[in-house]
Amino acid sequence: MIEIDLEKCIGCGLCVKACPFAAVLLKDKKAVIMENCTLCGACVTICPVEAITIERKRVDTSKLAEYRGVWVYAEQAEGRLRTVALELLGKGRALADKLGEPLGAVLLGNHVAGLARELAAHGADKVYLAEHPALERYTTDAYTNVLSGVILQHNLNIVLFGATTNGRDLAPRVAARLHVGLTADCTGLDIDDKRQLVQTRPAFGGNIMASILTPYTRPQMATVRPNVFKSPKPDYSREAMVEELKINVDPRAIRTKTLQTVKEVSAEATSVEEADLIVSCGRGLKSPDNLELVKKLAETLQATVGGSRPIVDAGWMPHHQQVGQSGKTVSPKLYIACGISGAIQHIVGMRTSGVIVAVNSDPEAPIFNVADFGIVGDLFKIIPALTEEIKRVKVERK
Amino acid sequence: MEIVVCIKQVPEITEVKIDPETRTLVRAGVPSIVNPFDEIAVEEAVRIKERVGATVTVVTMGPPQARDALLKCLAMGADKAVLVTDRAFAGADTWATAYTLSQVLKKIPYDIVLCGKQAIDGDTAQVGPELAELLGIPHITYVRKVELHQDLKGVTVRRETDEGYDVVECKLPALLTAIKGLNEPRLPSLMNILAANRKEIKTVTLADLDGNPEQYGLAGSLTQVVDVFTPEPRGKGIKIDGSSPEEAAKQVVQFLLEKNVL
Repeated sequence: MIEIDLEKCIGCGLCVKACPFAAVLLKDKKAVIMENCTLCGACVTICPVEAITIERKRVDTSKLAEYRGVWVYAEQAEGRLRTVALELLGKGRALADKLGEPLGAVLLGNHVAGLARELAAHGADKVYLAEHPALERYTTDAYTNVLSGVILQHNLNIVLFGATTNGRDLAPRVAARLHVGLTADCTGLDIDDKRQLVQTRPAFGGNIMASILTPYTRPQMATVRPNVFKSPKPDYSREAMVEELKINVDPRAIRTKTLQTVKEVSAEATSVEEADLIVSCGRGLKSPDNLELVKKLAETLQATVGGSRPIVDAGWMPHHQQVGQSGKTVSPKLYIACGISGAIQHIVGMRTSGVIVAVNSDPEAPIFNVADFGIVGDLFKIIPALTEEIKRVKVERK
Repeated sequence: MEIVVCIKQVPEITEVKIDPETRTLVRAGVPSIVNPFDEIAVEEAVRIKERVGATVTVVTMGPPQARDALLKCLAMGADKAVLVTDRAFAGADTWATAYTLSQVLKKIPYDIVLCGKQAIDGDTAQVGPELAELLGIPHITYVRKVELHQDLKGVTVRRETDEGYDVVECKLPALLTAIKGLNEPRLPSLMNILAANRKEIKTVTLADLDGNPEQYGLAGSLTQVVDVFTPEPRGKGIKIDGSSPEEAAKQVVQFLLEKNVL
């Protein structure tokens, strides 16, 4: 419950300004909390006279200390590890070291034991392996049953998942089964002075960031999108013990049946998530016919083409090429934004790119606030000129 | 056939901006809408109803003004609406939200539960799977096509994956989460908007629900927001005038060569 001490409240209105949800009003020079309060605590932090208190549950910290170890869910598909699993091992290593606890990787599948070496090289102290024919491909039920069971057996402190399609399907199901907290799409993970996992994630389409704790339950669980953390440099001299988990999968407990798997992404094309160079375009392109301009630039750079939400919604480009909050998070070395105004939903999906170049006719476009190099002008002239200039430089270099 | 659609009223995110001076959200005039993915879920439910006959019930948990969101869904063709509202539900995280909805759904018949894949204000995509788990039914996320079996006892869907899609089959009852591309939600006609006002919206409070009172709202939440802040802006970059495209191209390429990204 949130309470305002009316004796203490001086009616300064700082809480009204601080509230991200417009849930505080001033009435007769006193703060009033509205129905839509989410108890986020922004007002508590800002109040100069400590008039606002939120009563939260008490925690038995001695009990929580019995939970030890950081695990990364090492998602694989068709026997190949998802890159996000390796990225999470890097972050997991840092968290485990700070806590002085071991880092485990839990691997589910069929004939996937060979991946253990890769997991060790990226920082895992131990690999927990669950192999079974019924785990050959992902199903919510089989993976939830197995993973929930082994997490329970190991009294873990932290479990991290990649926010892939299947990761975002599995993690909440496991969290609900275990009755533990889960924080989605974290962009920052750290350990505070009370040894709690501080999970930072964007909310409101990236307009604000929220820091979240899981105070009462263990393990603390979080998902992280691909490309948010850097994959650590592998060290193949590292070795990890492999523990084969004793598991039992009853095929009758799997209530969904996958009849067919269809691939729509061509094998040759690099996905926006994996690309080093991305040429991305938005509404400023005006017509799908003008995509050619962008494609030519991308070809010259050997870059992958991406797009903002409006043009994907308009059907000019498939969804898997969409960059932003409702699309993919990308982190290429170079990101060229052509005719993208830079709505916050787009920016949160690309702001960790190495170098950002923006071309836009509107000098006030918010994309220029994140661009390292901005060109204000007509993209229909600038993009071809840029393509030519890059060609020229490439020829010169040879 | 009974279909329940869980929806959320959200602020129109694209209208939310940050005041560069105070670095707080500018919310004046930001309208509230039905979460777009939930609208797709409602549309799918209504289409199933139109094909095979069904009762469509929309459920939302939220403040009293979330009633407006329910009215929109009734105008789209839903038959009944349930507004789950109580101060005791405030501050709910995804687990407590799923718990509350599961307690509501225990009192409503359903063959299919439909949700949007995620809400555009929180973007967690967690409530659907968590709700399915608490109800003890299977779920299929990221659904972009639904085919009901002839006997109405199962569904075959297309589920989007990172590489394409899977065709997945499942017996009912089941929970499905909808993505863009599943359908194009209809705009309700004026007549249907007027008719929606005559449909019943039932209000459910804590007193109407069973379950453990400590599992609702903030008390039941397993995650806690402890700080909210605006993201750090990237450092100021270079901005040039591009009225001479060739000159601009030279300058940017020079910059990229210096940064060693070409």
